[in-house]
Amino acid sequence: MLSRVADSLYWMSRYAERAENIARILDVNLQLMLDLPKLDPKEQKALWGPVLRSTGDHEDFYKHYKETTSENVIDFLTLHSKNSNSIINCITTARENARHVREQISLEMWEEINRAYLWMKNQTLKKIQRQGPYEFFTAVKNASHLFQGITDGTMTHGEDWDFIQVGKYLERADMTTRILDANDEIFIKAPTHTQTGGTLQWSAILRSCSSHDAYRKFYVAQVEPDKVVEFLILNEFFPRSIRFCSQALNDALRRISGCKEEHFTNLAEKLAGRVVAELNYSALEDIKTVGMHQYMDELQIKLNAIGEAIFQTYLFSPPLNIPEHKPEPEFKPEPPQKPTPKQSQTQRIPKAAKVA
Amino acid sequence: MALLDKYKPGDFFDEMFSAEGQVRPHYAALFERFQNLDQEEFDARRTAVDAAFLRQGITFTVYSDEQGTERIFPFDLMPRIIPSAEWNKIEAGLIQRMRALNLFLKDLYSCQRILKEKVVPAEDVLSAKHYRPEMVGVPVPKDIYIHICGSDMVRDREGTYFVLEDNGRCPSGVSYLLENRVAMKRAFPNLFSSVGVRPVDHYTQDLLTVLQYIAPPSTKPPTVVLLTPGIYNSAYFEHSFLARQMGIQIVEGQDLVVQDKTVYMRTTKGLEKVNTIYRRLDDDFLDPKVFRKDSILGVPGLVEAYRAGNVSLANAIGTGVADDKVVYKYVPDMIRFYLSEEPILANVPTYLASNPKECEYIISHLEELVVKSANESGGYGMLVGPASTATQRAEFKKLILENPRNFIAQPTLNLSRHPSYMDGHFEGRHVDLRPYILCGEKISIVPGGLTRVALRKGSLVVNSSQGGGSKDTWVLYGDS
Repeated sequence: MLSRVADSLYWMSRYAERAENIARILDVNLQLMLDLPKLDPKEQKALWGPVLRSTGDHEDFYKHYKETTSENVIDFLTLHSKNSNSIINCITTARENARHVREQISLEMWEEINRAYLWMKNQTLKKIQRQGPYEFFTAVKNASHLFQGITDGTMTHGEDWDFIQVGKYLERADMTTRILDANDEIFIKAPTHTQTGGTLQWSAILRSCSSHDAYRKFYVAQVEPDKVVEFLILNEFFPRSIRFCSQALNDALRRISGCKEEHFTNLAEKLAGRVVAELNYSALEDIKTVGMHQYMDELQIKLNAIGEAIFQTYLFSPPLNIPEHKPEPEFKPEPPQKPTPKQSQTQRIPKAAKVA
Repeated sequence: MALLDKYKPGDFFDEMFSAEGQVRPHYAALFERFQNLDQEEFDARRTAVDAAFLRQGITFTVYSDEQGTERIFPFDLMPRIIPSAEWNKIEAGLIQRMRALNLFLKDLYSCQRILKEKVVPAEDVLSAKHYRPEMVGVPVPKDIYIHICGSDMVRDREGTYFVLEDNGRCPSGVSYLLENRVAMKRAFPNLFSSVGVRPVDHYTQDLLTVLQYIAPPSTKPPTVVLLTPGIYNSAYFEHSFLARQMGIQIVEGQDLVVQDKTVYMRTTKGLEKVNTIYRRLDDDFLDPKVFRKDSILGVPGLVEAYRAGNVSLANAIGTGVADDKVVYKYVPDMIRFYLSEEPILANVPTYLASNPKECEYIISHLEELVVKSANESGGYGMLVGPASTATQRAEFKKLILENPRNFIAQPTLNLSRHPSYMDGHFEGRHVDLRPYILCGEKISIVPGGLTRVALRKGSLVVNSSQGGGSKDTWVLYGDS
C-alpha cells in the first residue's frame, strides 16, 4: 500500500482515539466534581491542572484563558479552534485524513467519521451545557466506539487495517501514561482533600479508562492507588492497559512485516518488542523503585520512539532521484508537539484544474 | 393542488411540455407520478436526498471561499428524459466527433496533414495555448489521445441539439451523474421500472477497461492509478469516488517517483511499478521538469517516462488543443476531412476575434453575442451579451482587442428549459447536457449524461461554481 495512505490511516486512527480519550478525561473529572464540596478557584485549578497537563496543552491554555474553571477547560479541550488537540480538531483531523484515503476505507467508516464531524461542527458550549456534558461526552465516546467497531466489522483485516491498529494502540497507550503521570503529580505530592477525596480521584482515573468494573472484578477490593497503577500499566487482558496496548501494537507491527515473535526486521519492531518484554517482566515494585513519574516519563519517551521508528520505516519516503521541485516530504512529529496536519497539508493545496 | 398545475413553459423550448402546453409523450409517466405527489411528500424526499449527499460527503469545494467550505451540488429531483431515438442520434454524432478529434490529434502531433492541406489554418491551431510542441513525433498507445471526453450540448429555441464544446482534458462531473442516479433510485424506486430507464452504473467498469487497454504491453495485469491534485481540489470527491469504484489506488504527485524512465509509487513495501495513470491534473502541472517549474503537484520525470512508452496517460498530453474554442470551430471540417462524412451534430456558429472581419462584427454586436475566452472553463472569462452591463462590454472590448486570439463569440442561444423545483412549485430553468464518452478499443457513451441546470432565474450559466445544479438524466429504452 502507498506510504501516504498508511500515514493517513495511522493518523486517522490516532486522532479518533485521541478525541475519545479527551472526552473520557473531561467526563470523569466533571462527574468527580459532583462528589466534592464546592471548590474555590484554587481547588478548581488543582483539579483541572492535571487534566490540562495530561493532554499536553497546559501552556497553551493560559494563553487563551485566565482562570482554570470547568467551563474554560471544557471549552478549550472540546471546541477551541486554536487547540490542535481539542475534540473538534481531533475529529476534524481524523476526518480529513479519512478523506485522503476515502477509497481505501469502507463506505460505512467514511460515513460515520463524516457524520461525527458534521455533528461536532454544529456544537457550541451552550448546546453542550444544555444537553448535559455527560450526554455530550458519551456521544463522543460512542462515535469513536462506533467508528472502531465499523472499522473492525467492515474493513478487510489486512495491512491497511493493521496500520489503523498501530495508530489506535499507540495513541491509547500514550494517553494512559499521560493520565497516570498527570495524576501522580497531584496525588502523591499534594493531596487536595481528605483520604476519601483521594480514593474518589483514583476511582475517577479508573473510570476515565473505562476500567472501574474490570478493576473491581480483578482485585475484588477497594480502590487503592498501587493497585490502580498496577492495573492500568501491567494488566495483561484489560484493553486500555499499557501492557495490553503495547502487545497489540507489537502484534500489528509483526503482521505488517510478517516477522515472527522474538525477532525483528526493523527499528519499530525492535523497540515495540522491548517495551512489551519489559512490561511482561515487570511488577509494581519495579515501577515504585524507579518512581511513578520517572517511569511514565520513560515509557512515554519509548512510545514516542516507536512512533518515530514507524514513521521512518513505513510512512516517510526519502526523496529518490531528481526531485529538485519536490516539496519536503511531510513530516509529522510526535506528541507532545502534537501535529496539526492542517499545517503540514497546506503544501498540498492545489492550484490546478478548475471543474468545468 | 398538484405540483405542476401552475407551470408555464414560457417562450422557450421546454423539455417536458410542447409549445401548446401538452406533456411530451416521453414524460407522460413521470408527469403522472409527480402530479400525484403533494408538496409535503416531495419536500420530505428532497430533504432526505440532500441529507444523504451531505452525509456521504458528496460535495465540492468552493475556491473563492477561504474556509474551504464544502457544499453539496444542488440536485433537482425532477429528472430530464431523453427518448431512445433522440439519444441514438446524439450517440452517433458524438462517436463521430470523437473519432475525428482523435484522428486530428494524431495528425497534429505527427505529420500535420490537415494543416499542410490548409483545411484548418495552421496559425489558429499552433497558437492554441494548450498545443504541446513537446508531443510532436511522440506516439501514444493505440493512437488514442482523448480517452475520456465530456462534451457539452445544448438545445436551441427549436429543440435542435448543438455541441457547445468538447472537454478533452480532464472533464469532471461523471460522479454526480452516477450518484444522482443512486439518489433517484432511493427517492422514487418504483418509477424506474414503469418508465424503462437505461442503466448507467457500468461506467466505472468501462473506464477501467479503457485504462487497462492502453497500458504498455506487459505480462502482468496492469497497475492503474488515479493521479489527483489532492483533497483540496474541488473535484476530489469525484477522484476518490472513481478510484473506489474501480478499485484502484488514488495517488498524489508525492506518491510517485520516476527512476530509469519508469514510474513507481512509494508503498510501505518499497517501490511498485505503475502502468497507466488516469490523471486528473492539467498538463501544466504534470511534470515540473517539462512544464510549470513551480508545480508541486506533479511528478518530475513523468513526461520522459511517458515518451519512452513506459507509462500511459489518460488523457494524453496535449489534448487541450482540441478544447480550444478557436479550434472547436473547425471540428465539422475535421469530420469531413478525416472521415469523409457529414457531421451528424451541429456546431454553434462561432466568430473568431482573430479574424479582423469577424472581430469587427463581434465588437459591434457585443450586446447580442456570448463572448468566451478560448481556454477558460467552468464558466469563467465569459460575457453573456444580453445580460451584460455597458461597463462589462467595454471591459471585454478592451480584452478582445488586446488579445484577439484568445476570444471567440457565438450567438446567444435561447437554451431549452426544464421544470425545476423552486420552493414549493416548478419553474422553467435552462439546462444543458454533458454526455461522457469513453474511447478505448471501442467508443462508448454512458446513456444520457449530466444534466446541469442554471438555478438562478433567467441565467444561462450552468456551472456548479456559478450557481448551477444538476438533474438525473434518463435515456429511455423506448420513445415514450
